[in-house]
Amino acid sequence: MPFVPLSECLIFGTEKTTLMPDLSYLEDLIVQVRRDILRQVHKVNSGHPGGSLGCTEFFVALYQVIMDRKDSFEMDGKGEDLFFLSNGHISPVFYSVLARSGYFPIEELNTFRLIDSRLQGHPTTHEGLPGIRVASGSLGQGISVAIGAAQTKKLNNDDHLIYALCGDGELQEGQNWEAIMYAAANEIDNLIVTVDRNGQQIDGPTDKVLPMGNLKAKFEAFGWTVIELDNGNDLKAVIEGLNTAKSETGKGKPVCVLMTTIMGNGVDFMMHTHDWHGKAPNDEQLEIGLAQNPETLGDY
Amino acid sequence: MKKYTDSGKKDTRSGFGAGLTELGKTNPDVVALCADLTGSLKMDDFKANHPERFFQVGIAEANMMGIAAGMTIGGKIPFTGTFANFSTGRVYDQIRQSIAYSDKNVKICASHAGVTLGEDGATHQILEDIGLMKMLPGMTVINTCDYNQTKAATLAIAEHHGPVYLRFGRPKVANFTSEDQNFEIGKAVTLQQGNDVTIVATGHLVWEALQAAETLNDSGISAEVINIHTIKPLDDKAIIGSVKKTGCVVTAEEHNFLGGLGESVARVLAEQHPTPQEFVATQDTFGESGTPEQLMDKYGLNAEAIIKAVHKVIGRK
Repeated sequence: MPFVPLSECLIFGTEKTTLMPDLSYLEDLIVQVRRDILRQVHKVNSGHPGGSLGCTEFFVALYQVIMDRKDSFEMDGKGEDLFFLSNGHISPVFYSVLARSGYFPIEELNTFRLIDSRLQGHPTTHEGLPGIRVASGSLGQGISVAIGAAQTKKLNNDDHLIYALCGDGELQEGQNWEAIMYAAANEIDNLIVTVDRNGQQIDGPTDKVLPMGNLKAKFEAFGWTVIELDNGNDLKAVIEGLNTAKSETGKGKPVCVLMTTIMGNGVDFMMHTHDWHGKAPNDEQLEIGLAQNPETLGDY
Repeated sequence: MKKYTDSGKKDTRSGFGAGLTELGKTNPDVVALCADLTGSLKMDDFKANHPERFFQVGIAEANMMGIAAGMTIGGKIPFTGTFANFSTGRVYDQIRQSIAYSDKNVKICASHAGVTLGEDGATHQILEDIGLMKMLPGMTVINTCDYNQTKAATLAIAEHHGPVYLRFGRPKVANFTSEDQNFEIGKAVTLQQGNDVTIVATGHLVWEALQAAETLNDSGISAEVINIHTIKPLDDKAIIGSVKKTGCVVTAEEHNFLGGLGESVARVLAEQHPTPQEFVATQDTFGESGTPEQLMDKYGLNAEAIIKAVHKVIGRK
């Protein structure tokens, strides 16, 4: 699949014209989001930094460049693109990017996983946190929900898109394959599902725990358009990949982006291992991680 | 004593189908999803009249629940249709996370509940679904007694915001409630006034309770019969008001005595007005193949069983 060149990217908040995003600002934001992730999980000594760090570029690209979204949050999300996170455990990156995209005060990141917080361990609508449209955490449910939202978009003659992210290990849950089969059969072509292919899960590498074989061939066999995004930690590549995915919508097929990322990206001792899937850094490790990501836009 | 007449046996699932057909005409936001049981759920009319609002998901109930949750985002009111077994136990986690915890306006419509599904046997006869559903925070649980009430309930839940579990059945049973009834969620219906015992019944057992009350009346026992179509939220006030008068209660349901209506009533009574209670329900067992009548008889779910329980509970006063 040919990539859409960066020069044809759209920026959120502008008219739909060809504009170059401010890459230096976005790179600063990525570093700041990494700091937010580390600080959130360190404070409460729990949470999932590995997958969160790996998906930082994706979230920044999605919310800052790719999605056509409204400033204010309404559950129904009419007239805007919507995003569903299926692998809810990477809530630290989701919360940071939502806060820094204006959905709720950045200072609220301070309450992550604390009693009475809207920032629950896994994202939920239950406490009314703006930006969240469905609870996730129990894996394998997000694609189905995204399909439902996509079908309602069609019923409402709303030509906006639905985005979803799921983990690769998460694809071991059978419900995904029910959903993948249904989406193709029903030509859900306003849907872009990105699979975070970091190759890791709690018990080890996905290829050791339960190999999933050739995911590209599987999605294609199920009738999806598949785009391989080999460097999911390169902002420019992510923007280009997602724009390519956008260009494939409306053609009668759902679109899958197989996005290869490095778990723990941006913090050297957390990279290339599943050890930091669900473990917080201690004080010393936090300092090292933060030193590798110096403050850019300001800590909360 | 008030007389109730069966206007002609009909299945409650057809009441659901008729309600859905009407909603198709009156509420453009109503959409229907089915997991390969369109005929069994009586959803054919809706499908034929509104193909653009009918979604065949195939034999994939987990996906159906997730899609239904997603469809609410943007204002649709999804009605899912499959057997009670596949509407609850099979998809409990999907309902729990994507629907109940996420407060999605999904109507889970479940046919073939209980042993009266009949010959298919225990794999398909769920007797635990009321318990599963009532334990979910925010879930409304309704079990209707006849065709007319099921139709009325189907219309009513479309107007109610929030997740609902609507339970009904397969066999043709007496149709005795009024055609133009106003179905009020959470409001018990007192069908018979009485002084000696309160019979709180739900679903197919409501007609059996009325039959039992007639027989009891002949032997000089005045039974109050309450149709508790909504198990959650439970109409505590109606139950307490009645048992204060009668001093004892029999609960009757086509469900396990663990987790069902009986336990909900027992909790209310324990908290507010401790009262002798007998449970007409299955006794922590699976069902089996047989005709609905044979099974209701074997598992003690009919007028005869209610009468026996009434005599027992009156003796405990």
